Amino acid sequence: MNSKEKTMLKDVVIRFCGDSGDGMQLTGTLFSNLSAILGNEIATFPDYPADMRAPQGTIGGVSGFQVHVGSGIYTPGDEADVLVAMNSAALKVNYKVLKKMGVLIFDTDSFDKKNMEKAGYTTDNPFTELGLSETIQLVPVPLTSLTQKSLEDFGMDNKAVIRCKNMFALGLICWLFNRPLEQAVHFLGNKFGKKPDLLKANTKVLTDGYNYGHNLHLNISTFEINRTDELPKGRYTIIAGNRATAFGLIAAAKKAGRDLFLGSYPITPATDIMHELAARKDMGVKVVQAEDEIAGVCTAIGASFAGDLGVTSTSGPGLSLKSEAIGLAVIAELPLVVVDVMRGGPSTGMPTKTEQTDLLQAVYGRNGECPCVVIAASSSDNCFDYAFQACKIALENMTPVILLTDAYLGNGSALWRLPKLADLPEIHPHIATEAQREGFNAVTRDPETKVRYWAFPGMEGFAHRNCGLERDAKKASISTDPANHALMVKTRAEKVAQVANQIPPLKVEGNADADILVVGWGSTHGHLLSAVNRMNEEGRPCALAHFNYINPLPKNTAEIIRKYKKVVVCELNSGQFATYLRSHVPAEYLQYNKVEGQPFNVGQIVDYLKTL
Amino acid sequence: MFTAKDYKSDQYVRWCPGCGDHAVLNSLHKAMAELGIPPHQIAVISGIGCSSRLPHYMNTYGFNTIHGRGAAIASGVKIAHPELTVWQASGDGDCFAIGGNHFIHACRRNVNVNVLVFNNRIYGLTKGQYSPTSPKGFVSKSSPFGTVERPFRPAELVLGARGTFFARTLDVDQPTSLMVMKAAAMHKGYSVCECLTNCVILNNGANSWIATKEDRLERTVVLEHGKPMIFGKERNKGLVLDGWNLKVVTIGENGVKESDILVHDATTEDPTLHLKLALMDGPDMPIAMGVIRAVPTECYDEAVHNQIEEIQAKSKNKTFDDLIGSLEQWDM
Repeated sequence: MNSKEKTMLKDVVIRFCGDSGDGMQLTGTLFSNLSAILGNEIATFPDYPADMRAPQGTIGGVSGFQVHVGSGIYTPGDEADVLVAMNSAALKVNYKVLKKMGVLIFDTDSFDKKNMEKAGYTTDNPFTELGLSETIQLVPVPLTSLTQKSLEDFGMDNKAVIRCKNMFALGLICWLFNRPLEQAVHFLGNKFGKKPDLLKANTKVLTDGYNYGHNLHLNISTFEINRTDELPKGRYTIIAGNRATAFGLIAAAKKAGRDLFLGSYPITPATDIMHELAARKDMGVKVVQAEDEIAGVCTAIGASFAGDLGVTSTSGPGLSLKSEAIGLAVIAELPLVVVDVMRGGPSTGMPTKTEQTDLLQAVYGRNGECPCVVIAASSSDNCFDYAFQACKIALENMTPVILLTDAYLGNGSALWRLPKLADLPEIHPHIATEAQREGFNAVTRDPETKVRYWAFPGMEGFAHRNCGLERDAKKASISTDPANHALMVKTRAEKVAQVANQIPPLKVEGNADADILVVGWGSTHGHLLSAVNRMNEEGRPCALAHFNYINPLPKNTAEIIRKYKKVVVCELNSGQFATYLRSHVPAEYLQYNKVEGQPFNVGQIVDYLKTL
Repeated sequence: MFTAKDYKSDQYVRWCPGCGDHAVLNSLHKAMAELGIPPHQIAVISGIGCSSRLPHYMNTYGFNTIHGRGAAIASGVKIAHPELTVWQASGDGDCFAIGGNHFIHACRRNVNVNVLVFNNRIYGLTKGQYSPTSPKGFVSKSSPFGTVERPFRPAELVLGARGTFFARTLDVDQPTSLMVMKAAAMHKGYSVCECLTNCVILNNGANSWIATKEDRLERTVVLEHGKPMIFGKERNKGLVLDGWNLKVVTIGENGVKESDILVHDATTEDPTLHLKLALMDGPDMPIAMGVIRAVPTECYDEAVHNQIEEIQAKSKNKTFDDLIGSLEQWDM
């Protein structure tokens, strides 16, 4: 092939992989940003190792970043068109991702005997050993030595020089996909602005990488990726799900006229929410890094009691620890938002990997009859919208709301159309007014919706005592009266159930007249929609009903589900949503489950759907 | 102005007749009246246990929460709204067993909350198990042959966690209780008041050594900042340093003058002497009551708000739209 040849692509998947010290996350992020600015949609999938820093060159230390760019992008892609492997261990971990006849760019300097042994190869030909030689296009590049050559006049120590080799790879990829360097240099400026020497070195290596591809006429064609025309016109940025969640919380607090308070404890993969909010003192956000998960939720409950929008962020094990306190917010009827960025479980499980295994814990995992609202985001960018919704529902209905996202959404990024505060829905916290002053107590509620009125310290004439003990339905004093308890249990349940009046009806995507209905919830939307679209393109009618609202369910759930001959619930667990639906909307449900700590693979879902 | 009645709720107080908690509650009503903060600007937070029922008996805002979490919830209230006056009621189980972690971190952070720890050295609401402050060998329903574990001494826990305030009072000693509660309210920080209380049903007589006024004169020393550590019916006994240790001396004997007696300084950052005072025990030494430690230190809630104000004054982002505007962005 001639390097002057340009192939047009609708979309392309690139996976960068290397040692966790090789800067793969930065490389991938820069390429994603570049592509988005050039008019591509993107979806990213960072795949981190669980260890802090495993020994260099070993399989345990491999870090990956996959990005899918182009138009009509809903997932980071099943397979990579291009795999960039910074060392032999990275190839060993990631080779299965590479498409047949895909391009493998690898650092020949890191495929020496020593490194290959560290990565556990038993022969001296890694490609035949992995069964790759016939099925891929090899692009060997001595990345390390070329980077050393590039920076030979910079007077940097060798360690610092080698740390720049990711930029050589990025330069090469920019050439391969016709990305102009100016924009990449601009991003590097943002990253290394305060360290001019590093900026200069990285820019030099990036440019040399680009020129290497251009001048040496690497034996592959270059590509042009289609610009997207599927997005509404507007101003965009790229946002990671956890950051979008943080912004959604801030926006809701502003809209509601309440201060935002986060009580949280560091836990993978949720911590970035706390990082973002801790940096947002300019927005007046109060953040407490608590002594433990329990204190995280309890400080948030205290803040809610005092009139703030109390939020706690966590992941599965942390949600377990918070259960009792969430029960307190349920019985005390306080607004509270709990963000659970789900990860592989049980117990410590797989902290950096994605899963949807906390669903039933979120819905049922508390003592007593203890309903709260559970909702789920379904893309990295709509983490913003569902975080906002979680706050709106909590504040307007005086209830805890659990927002489920996961490692895939939280760490992954997508294009995000920038919102304006004025365009977001209004939020009306259910605060007591003059009308409730006379005889106000902890159970003074709207008789229609059953929503309790919120009064907090500082409000004169509304002082009252709240508690985690069962209260008398009228006087709010402690009560163990049997009939009263039954009434209070019913009241709290009705209050949560009536939230169904405030949420949008369930939509059907794909071919609504099909016999097969694919059902999903949360982060799998992109994969399921891609699979359903592919089925329909291949003339096999298929519909998709994807849930963001779990408890309560949209009011038209039963109506939609019972229309279809075959309903298959697809989720990244052993069948938790299917179990939940069976009890709420009895019907025959098939299940398609994956519990590997990884997102779905669209091709595999399609293969399965074809068997129905 | 307010009277004690203004702080009393209409709830029937359900503690056992003769329980020491009644006396502490009465002192609190009175102290609050003397402090004069309007009831609606006060939040009283508790966990679970006999003492944690206290918020129900206050005419302020109150929140009787879950076991051990009072410190964390009270911290949330205060950090969210430092303009509120926040009290926390807790017991030896709630505070030192299930809530120990929150308690030490609240001490460390110095959140501006006034804490009454009702220490009766027994679990009352669950009817008679030993607590983390029960003396070694204590016989209870869960230790029928006596405990084999060493108890906490609350002062050590507070000082070890870098607490800035520690005071002690006895349920029936209203003058000291009032003094201690008012000092706790005035102190900026996590003001821990250990209230020695008597559980008439399950651990009656735990404080019998100092139960009568007469005994207290001889067996306790009420510490006051800036005043000599003098006690005794005749007010002729005092504390002096003997090497590294405290010693009781009698004024007028062996040439001891009043000016030889240690003068209490509650404000020293160095906790060494405070700890020695707090750990004194009978029969050879008097039990220290009153405000043992009150070190002026920046409190956490204020620091959080100061930092927010500082950043807000400097930042270009004034609104949410400014924040969004500051992101890298482009048209598509």
